[in-house]
Amino acid sequence: MNTATNMLNHFTTLPISPRLAKNIRRNFKERIIELILMLAALSAVFTTFAIVAILLYESFGFFKTVSLIEFFTGTQWTPLFEDAHYGIMPLVAGTLTTSFVALAVAVPIGTITAIYLSEFASHKVREIAKPILELLVGVPTIAFGYFALLFVTPLLQKIYPGLPGFNMLSAGLVMGVMIVPYIASVAEDAMRAVPMSMREGSYAMGATRFQTAIRVVTPAATSGIVAAYILAISRAVGETMVVAVAAGQQPKLTFDPTEGAATITAYIVQVAMGDLPHASIGYQSIFAAGLVLFALTLCFNILGHIARKKYREQY
Amino acid sequence: MVNTSTPLKAESKDLNFFYANGHQALKSVNMPLYENKITALIGPSGCGKSTFLRCFNRMHDLYPGNKYEGGIVMHPDNTNVLAAGVDPIEVRMRISMVFQKPNPFPKTIFENVAYGLHVRDEKNKRVIADKVEEALKGAALWDEVKDRLNDLAFNLSGGQQQRLCIARALATDPEIMLFDEPTSALDPIATANIEELMSELKNKLTILVVTHNMQQAARVSDYTAYMYLGELMEYGDTDTIFTRPTRRETEDYITGKFG
Amino acid sequence: MALHDSQIAGALTKASVLENLGAVRAMIRRHKRNDIVFAGIGLLALMLGLLTLLTLFIDLVMDGYPRFNLQFLSEFPSRRAGSAGLLSAWVGSALIMIVTFLTAVPVGVAAGVYLEEYAPKNWFSDLIEINVSNLAGVPSIIYGLLALGLFVYGLDLGQSILTAGLTLGLLILPIVIVSTREAIRGIPVAIREAAYAVGATKWQVVSDHVVKYSQGGILTGVIIGMSRAIGETAPIITIGALTFIAFLPPSPISDVAPYLNFEWLSSSFTVLPIQMFNWLSRPDHAFHINAAATGAIIIMLTLLMNGTAIYLRYQIRKNIKW
Ligand SMILES: Nc1ncnc2c1ncn2[C@@H]1O[C@H](COP(=O)(O)OP(=O)(O)OP(=O)(O)O)[C@@H](O)[C@H]1O
Ligand SMILES: [Mg+2]
Repeated sequence: MNTATNMLNHFTTLPISPRLAKNIRRNFKERIIELILMLAALSAVFTTFAIVAILLYESFGFFKTVSLIEFFTGTQWTPLFEDAHYGIMPLVAGTLTTSFVALAVAVPIGTITAIYLSEFASHKVREIAKPILELLVGVPTIAFGYFALLFVTPLLQKIYPGLPGFNMLSAGLVMGVMIVPYIASVAEDAMRAVPMSMREGSYAMGATRFQTAIRVVTPAATSGIVAAYILAISRAVGETMVVAVAAGQQPKLTFDPTEGAATITAYIVQVAMGDLPHASIGYQSIFAAGLVLFALTLCFNILGHIARKKYREQY
Repeated sequence: MVNTSTPLKAESKDLNFFYANGHQALKSVNMPLYENKITALIGPSGCGKSTFLRCFNRMHDLYPGNKYEGGIVMHPDNTNVLAAGVDPIEVRMRISMVFQKPNPFPKTIFENVAYGLHVRDEKNKRVIADKVEEALKGAALWDEVKDRLNDLAFNLSGGQQQRLCIARALATDPEIMLFDEPTSALDPIATANIEELMSELKNKLTILVVTHNMQQAARVSDYTAYMYLGELMEYGDTDTIFTRPTRRETEDYITGKFG
Repeated sequence: MALHDSQIAGALTKASVLENLGAVRAMIRRHKRNDIVFAGIGLLALMLGLLTLLTLFIDLVMDGYPRFNLQFLSEFPSRRAGSAGLLSAWVGSALIMIVTFLTAVPVGVAAGVYLEEYAPKNWFSDLIEINVSNLAGVPSIIYGLLALGLFVYGLDLGQSILTAGLTLGLLILPIVIVSTREAIRGIPVAIREAAYAVGATKWQVVSDHVVKYSQGGILTGVIIGMSRAIGETAPIITIGALTFIAFLPPSPISDVAPYLNFEWLSSSFTVLPIQMFNWLSRPDHAFHINAAATGAIIIMLTLLMNGTAIYLRYQIRKNIKW
């Protein structure tokens, strides 16, 4: 009898023994923690979603007033004027022109730097150079804006006396130098991923360093180098402060870098600096412009991502 | 025992080699290389075969800190290719190399073979086309690729890639060709192809080949050298080494008792 | 030169290197000259960045020199360039950095830990990963538009310190996530197994070991992210930050219980780079001097922070024990 009750007791208390209860609590706690961590990770998805949603939502209001045809084919952008025109082309032209100037600087210099670092520089030079390039990336762009407006433009004006104080050339050149480290580091990564056996094959044929670098390593790293260029385009298109400070604020349909013209980003800055009422057409117009910018950079980022993935899989 | 009537193409003299970390990988190696003959280099893994081979075309110069002592003298000009005043590039223009794993460039078949010619500033398209064809024929690859010369080299099979690398090395008329385990990544048929090729090539040039495959050494080589722990233990004509080795270690290694 | 080339072609087709040694050597010399020329050009290309940075910094310091004094830090902006100062700007930057730090670090580290330690390798983790790498490439001004639509008007937080801090927090989130993941990835499985072997739960392993040993790497990323946030201008302008702020936000610390006060979060503000942009946009050159001095301060701050991060990373790599 005694033993039976004991056994019975034992039997009934077993499922809620303190140890098991502790285990359940512990498991529950682990679950909650995992859930919290997952929510934190989801914030990235949420942010992307929010960006797309906001841009689309506000642009939707904009496109109720402005037709898509006018937006994409119009040659005047004057949303804040009495006689308002909503053709995005002038802003796109400004963006493309400054980006083109920047890439004309950054592509050759960045590529040469990458080849030099990967194929020519000694270990020591590389150890010193790479942190310096990183420091350059960390310099706030507003400082480069100052440099473009008050150092480079006056310098250029000594060469071309007719150059206006706001011009896309100076902004583009400075932006180019800013982008060099991006190209250099991504392209150098790709070149260093080329296996040593390929270089040995070239040297064994009697090739010099330069021949090996140009004829073997660079072609072998093509997809990575292309990725670097594409990411650089995306940077140039999205760059804001240098162009807002130095390239001018006047939307103008021109591809002449010696003129001043507003870019998409400069326009957004200009409008945001003023005091526009919420939900006005001017307010909505910066979201429409932002949507175009976002779509452009997204395309380039995706392309760059694909090219980069390709070279990572290659070797 | 060694046939002294054959002319010498090169010989290593008291060759010592030190890697950048201070490790001495070759110890006073003395070995001849006879003209238009195939010399096989055998020995257990890590004994220094590749190290020795790569001294010939100064591949070790690519990595800072490596050091040679002694010499490798090439004939008939009596140049010590390891001498400080000799340009490694000039040496590599005379001595080609085929690697263990095929390492074609990310280019077309044609461009791969033409690479050495471009590196030597050859501009004449006719000359290049002729040389490429000749080299591909010499490497017994021509019939398989003549219709797809503009395909990427990566699309070839492993054995074809290795023959392509041989054609690449051949196109520049080297005096000596170095092979570092050229068939270790290949199947038996591709291996047989390459072996046959080497036997034909020796009419034109001198060959030094590293191999782990005893049958291969016995089949293709005229002379065999056995290395152990960075030293040349035994050298002689292949028949002698394989039938009547003088040293016990050589016999053990060849018969598979060791290594 | 043409003769030269044909001689070498001859060397290739007819005779061995040996019989044409002169021509071959001349060719090699020519090729090696290219090596040297390229090495020179490469070094110049490499130096261009450094030289620009140096010129930029010297230019800012020389232009802004007259304003390097304590008064510049203790004065409010003013209509008169000579007596305008950075007080509200640096206080604003500091307060915003607090908000940014408090949002980006916990969320970023948690996200990094989740992706490395918890996330199953499937479409779900792919989705998050794609988003993180995509966000890292979104232009900063787009974050400004997001904040304008979401924080300022959507959640009605206004053009406040809280809005700015959250915006910059989102902006540097990818940096913190990526550096957390990299730091965690460097920790060997053996350490985890050792902890599991003594009966630790996953969270205990993660919090007591994984995160603890990757602190250095995470800190590096956080510093780089914060330095980026300090210099960011575009998204803050887009929110609609005012550029003329002649007052300070309410103090976060008060002398009555509970001693903390959160009114400052909803205060309007300005920050260092915006103040610089504002001065730079004025036609009057006297204000450009202020802009230069501000630029020099911002650059010094960011160089210092980035330098610290790079040094820290170098030390971590050097001291790796496993
Ligand atoms: N880069 C290097 N630095 C230092 N030591 C090296 C280096 N390369 C090889 N060694 C050492 O030199 C010795 C000879 O190496 P080697 O590659 O020549 O051997 P091997 O005979 O070709 O071997 P295997 O048959 O495996 O290819 C080995 O002990 C190896 O560990
Ligand atoms: Mg070997």
